[in-house]
Amino acid sequence: MSSVSQLQSPTQDGTILAVNNIEVVFNDVILVLRGLNLTAERGKITALLGANGAGKSTTLKAIAGLLGSEDGEVSRGDIVYNGMNITQMPPEQRVRNGTFLVMEGRGIVHDMTVIENLRLGAFTQPQKNVAEDMEKVFNYFPRLKERTGLAGYLSGGEQQMLAIGRALMARPDLIMMDEPSMGLSPLLVKEVFGIIKRMNEELGISVLLVEQNANMALRAADYGYIMENGKIVLDGTADELMNNEDVKEFYLGGGGNERKSFKNIKSFKRRKRWL
Amino acid sequence: MSHVPHPRPCGDFRTSYSADTSLFRTKVEGWTIYLGIFALLFTPLVFDDFYISQMILIGIYAIAALGLNVLVGFTGQISLGHSAFFGFGAFASAWLNNTTGIPVFICIPLAGLMTTAIGMIFGIPAARLKGLYLAIATLASQFILQDFFARADWFSGGAYGSAAEVVNFFGIDLDTDQKYFYLVLFWVVVSFLAVSNLRRSRDGRALVAVRDHYLSAEIMGINLTRYRIMSFGVSSFFAGLGGALYAHYLQYVSVEGFTILLSIQFLAMIIIGGLGSVSGSLLGAIFILLLPQFMEEVASGAAVIFEGIEQSKAYIKEMSVGAVIILFLIFEPEGLIHRWRLIRASWKLYPFSH
Repeated sequence: MSSVSQLQSPTQDGTILAVNNIEVVFNDVILVLRGLNLTAERGKITALLGANGAGKSTTLKAIAGLLGSEDGEVSRGDIVYNGMNITQMPPEQRVRNGTFLVMEGRGIVHDMTVIENLRLGAFTQPQKNVAEDMEKVFNYFPRLKERTGLAGYLSGGEQQMLAIGRALMARPDLIMMDEPSMGLSPLLVKEVFGIIKRMNEELGISVLLVEQNANMALRAADYGYIMENGKIVLDGTADELMNNEDVKEFYLGGGGNERKSFKNIKSFKRRKRWL
Repeated sequence: MSHVPHPRPCGDFRTSYSADTSLFRTKVEGWTIYLGIFALLFTPLVFDDFYISQMILIGIYAIAALGLNVLVGFTGQISLGHSAFFGFGAFASAWLNNTTGIPVFICIPLAGLMTTAIGMIFGIPAARLKGLYLAIATLASQFILQDFFARADWFSGGAYGSAAEVVNFFGIDLDTDQKYFYLVLFWVVVSFLAVSNLRRSRDGRALVAVRDHYLSAEIMGINLTRYRIMSFGVSSFFAGLGGALYAHYLQYVSVEGFTILLSIQFLAMIIIGGLGSVSGSLLGAIFILLLPQFMEEVASGAAVIFEGIEQSKAYIKEMSVGAVIILFLIFEPEGLIHRWRLIRASWKLYPFSH
């Protein structure tokens, strides 16, 4: 299991994203992230897990640069993407550099057709790429090809597919996904995760995955981080985390050797790092 | 702005994505519009002056309302200062023509461009402000510009106003309503075509994304500040264009015409016509311009039946205009264009209901 010593320096090869000891403050008073460290490997799927309110989405927003519109800021530490310090970069520049966030709740534009939404995703791309990329999207999501009409009429699963397809249109190197399983049936969750895995393998896109559904996420991911109260408390390869007693108990359910009362559960018994 | 279904004609299925974003929804719709424009070409020969002058005013206000619809309907910003930009276009065109002698028909689009510049300057706060705060900021632009018109003698002639020349188009003086009608019709067609196409372009999609989901617009690489200011610019262009046409139609511009009242009327036009709808802007302009006259008739009729209300006829008219607008907003919040879509859909499906 990893420890402080294993934190990679941003220049090291194979690291596409390194978040170094960031603090995020909202409205100048609310400290949400308190010194968070994580790295994402190039071409790998990294999962970020944690309970509600742990700060997972805030982490993604900090990486995508969206804190400004919610009165938040990164007050300490830095975010290094591809060897570039992007901590203060405006969000549209980050997109041009190859990061893309698939938002929680999909964030598709309801009043536009499917194709308009996809073209919107290709906003930063030259016109000549659009047709080719659209075929690529329909290859992954054949279902979208059959849907004409406004995107607001798509089902939840199709909207999620559209959101991921829209991300592909921007030709990103790193896709960040905020709860792709939200509101989907278990079967559809499986399908969506399968597609994420395929995209990762076939297109070599690195993925940073934020999830509540720890089981699905760890099965798809190569490496995982677990957050609590704005910090990483545990990290390791997906297999290690799956077999970790604490993770089983708190996130996967049914773990632990003996049945415990919730009264006795206050925190992790075996914390691995305090950063 | 709504997510209300746009009922599609029965049996019209879209089989390709390009059909999904076509300019006209159906071939019939396209031909109806072409034929309508063609028919309008002959109206000056048929109708008398009063109707022609009403149509000219509707055209002018529709252009300005269309501009406001780009700002409010597409981008989701708000402006309470639209009539100031309308006025700026009017003064700018008259000033350009009077000082430089550039032919008026060129001055009209140039005035639109000058207004674009002014609109973008006043649009800068819009990049930071939202909702009610933006409304107040644009209210300030209304008063600043109004004050400017009243004091800048060199530009607007101050309290006296300024004279606007008759449009001379290669030797033809457009001095009658019949002739001026064609100039307005030309600009109405150009403006409506331009905005319809804007909605289908990359920039148009960006504007709608800024309105519907500014966070997701931001993560797709859209610069919010730039597009908000751009939408102020586009909106001001059409306001200025409408204002310039207004100036040379009346051949005289004065400060009194461009008050907050007119700004509110522009807002009423697009809300009643349908926010975010191109053709809704035209319907709204028709409604707001014709409603007072219709109510005048109603009030006169009432005065014949109920004797003794002759004196208060004017008040009754004004109050009923207000009442009709309120009722309209309650029963048709999506605007006239929505009602029109429903009528069209039921007509297509007749005699079956679904």
